[in-house]
Amino acid sequence: MVHLTSPAFKANAARALSDAGLQKALARSKPQFQAKRAKAAAGLPEFEALRDIARDIKNHTLAHLDFYLEDYAAKVEAAGGTVHWCATAEDARAAVLRICRAAGARTVTKGKSMISEEIGINEHLEAHGITPVETDLGEYILQLRREPPSHIIGPAFHLNREDWEKSFRESHTDLPPDREFRERRDILAEARTLLRQKFLAADVGITGANFLIAETGSSVIVTNEGNGDLTQTLPRVHIVLASIEKVVPTLEDACVFLRLLARSATGQDFSVYTTFSTGIRRETDLDGPHEYHVVLLDNGRSNMVGTPFQDMLRCIRCAACMNHCPVYQSVGGHAYGWVYPGPMGSVLTPTLVGVEKAGHLPNASTFCGKCESVCPVKIPLPKLMRHWREREFERHLTPATTRFGLRFWAWFARRPTLYRWATRAAMATLGWAGRKRGAFAALPLAGGWTAGRDLPAPEGDTFMARYARQRREVRR
Amino acid sequence: MSREAILSAIRRGLRRGPLPPDQAAMLRGRIAAHPRHLIPARSRLPRAEQVALFVRNVEKEFGTVARLPDPSAVPGAIAEYLARQNLPPALVAAPHPDIAALPWADHPLLQVEHRAAREGDAVSLQHAFAGIAETGTLMFPSARERPTTLNLLPETEIVLLRASRIVGAYEEAWDLLRAENRDGRTGGFMPRNVMLVTGPSRSADIEQTLELGAHGPRRLHVLLVEDDPSARA
Repeated sequence: MVHLTSPAFKANAARALSDAGLQKALARSKPQFQAKRAKAAAGLPEFEALRDIARDIKNHTLAHLDFYLEDYAAKVEAAGGTVHWCATAEDARAAVLRICRAAGARTVTKGKSMISEEIGINEHLEAHGITPVETDLGEYILQLRREPPSHIIGPAFHLNREDWEKSFRESHTDLPPDREFRERRDILAEARTLLRQKFLAADVGITGANFLIAETGSSVIVTNEGNGDLTQTLPRVHIVLASIEKVVPTLEDACVFLRLLARSATGQDFSVYTTFSTGIRRETDLDGPHEYHVVLLDNGRSNMVGTPFQDMLRCIRCAACMNHCPVYQSVGGHAYGWVYPGPMGSVLTPTLVGVEKAGHLPNASTFCGKCESVCPVKIPLPKLMRHWREREFERHLTPATTRFGLRFWAWFARRPTLYRWATRAAMATLGWAGRKRGAFAALPLAGGWTAGRDLPAPEGDTFMARYARQRREVRR
Repeated sequence: MSREAILSAIRRGLRRGPLPPDQAAMLRGRIAAHPRHLIPARSRLPRAEQVALFVRNVEKEFGTVARLPDPSAVPGAIAEYLARQNLPPALVAAPHPDIAALPWADHPLLQVEHRAAREGDAVSLQHAFAGIAETGTLMFPSARERPTTLNLLPETEIVLLRASRIVGAYEEAWDLLRAENRDGRTGGFMPRNVMLVTGPSRSADIEQTLELGAHGPRRLHVLLVEDDPSARA
């Protein structure tokens, strides 16, 4: 399980800022993620209209979530599958272990699944003598390095080529130690060969689900490598880990999300493999699993229904919000200290682990609004982060100095004349004091800002004064 | 019981009990009608252009396409393709009647086994149920005559697709499946597995740089049989 370090966000972020390897990876990935999404969205004139439709479909589904989940579960069972309803992470771990034990499993292959990180299934299986093998290339190297993912779709984007080579040499000790990795392709080929044997030997395959479809009882995975398909096709038993908000009513509804997902995530028009799995191997089939289990996880999500945080349940985990977030792009994913980083994580993590532990996350935002503007299902992420800040304040979790500062400011803000007079005086003083350099390297009470950068000096005027002057000029 | 706990927590949030029967019936009606939403205009084209869009999109996603005048040209095209790729003339083919009916005897040097794929198979010949022009996507519903492993294990996947089976949008492909497929277990149309495949397998996990052939096929070659006069270029 990802060890929770969200309470140490500030220290994590400081470490991330001085991590040269991470900063190199961020500098490489940021322009790519953003440009690819922009190009893909621009290539589909209907993209913006589809975002509205997608939001409405999810809202409709969430308003009838109990109905659609029961309908979905009935269809799974009609196709020979079993649904395991799990209220907590512990229930889900127990269900997976029970299925693996009944199958006599020794090794389990895994497709990429954030839910599996959320419930910490790998550690649980290992503790009970079952070996889990991650098969997504990025997840595979993280398993070798015993690191959590730093991004929900590019889990190992923070690693550089030399890290890959080093980890492969250290872990694949059966291979000649002096072998050459001339190209990235050689790294990939080594992983392909090794993992192919794992696919063939596994007793159970575990995948996540991007969507569940009530109409047909199908689970849908979207991948580029094909690892998820090998995971769910070759072993005798397929386990799907899915959370309750993944359900959509029909295939037509799913099409709307599929048109948005890859474009928002990787900037592809469509991912290479979009696969719909429905129940067990049919009598006449020549391949496919003999058992099909869906571990349906709640883990706190049902408590979000009917609250302002219900909007967060629309999330389809595309990662566009983190790819466009100035905070994430500065500190990477590990600093957030749990499974879900970036803006979506800053909203979701406090709901799942508690705001008293994850209160730093919704505060680590510049409120630039870019996340909301690229979200394919239009989640008002900044608004939801603000809700967390308010709750934190109400529950007296905000540090005393911040509370004092906010009180002090609020006292002034309720007295407009005094506020304007005081800010005018302050701006004039600061403008005069900083007139030579145009910026301050240090300033009393502003250490948090000036420790990492200069504070630009005001030009001597307040916004209100300038606004009043312009209105006067317009009237003239 | 987790099931009841989850459902009642959801209902508590929604401030209601189980859905009244009339509302549940309405939602069942929506599922039965499965209304379409906005379908992108890009695939709403005359037949010939739709097929051309499909071909363009397959190639954009690093697949290759050979257009053949009729099914009898398929074995020859396969022999030629394998020779060009320096691959031995052996393949595992889907046990599909369309594939069994091809004139294999004209190419006795081609070794063809009709079965599911196994480790060690280098080349597969798969049967496409439909092609989707919108993104150059192939639809493979699982069936005895269309085993899923053919899409996954070999490094080279060759796909037989008839031009008359190319549609514009995903929704049209689902409607073909609804109309033509019956599942023995559920009585519905959905088979155990439906793969929508767009190009060969790939990964960009190493430094965001695209490499083909991650875990699935490294090459995806479509043999497009021109059985639709209105679709010819």
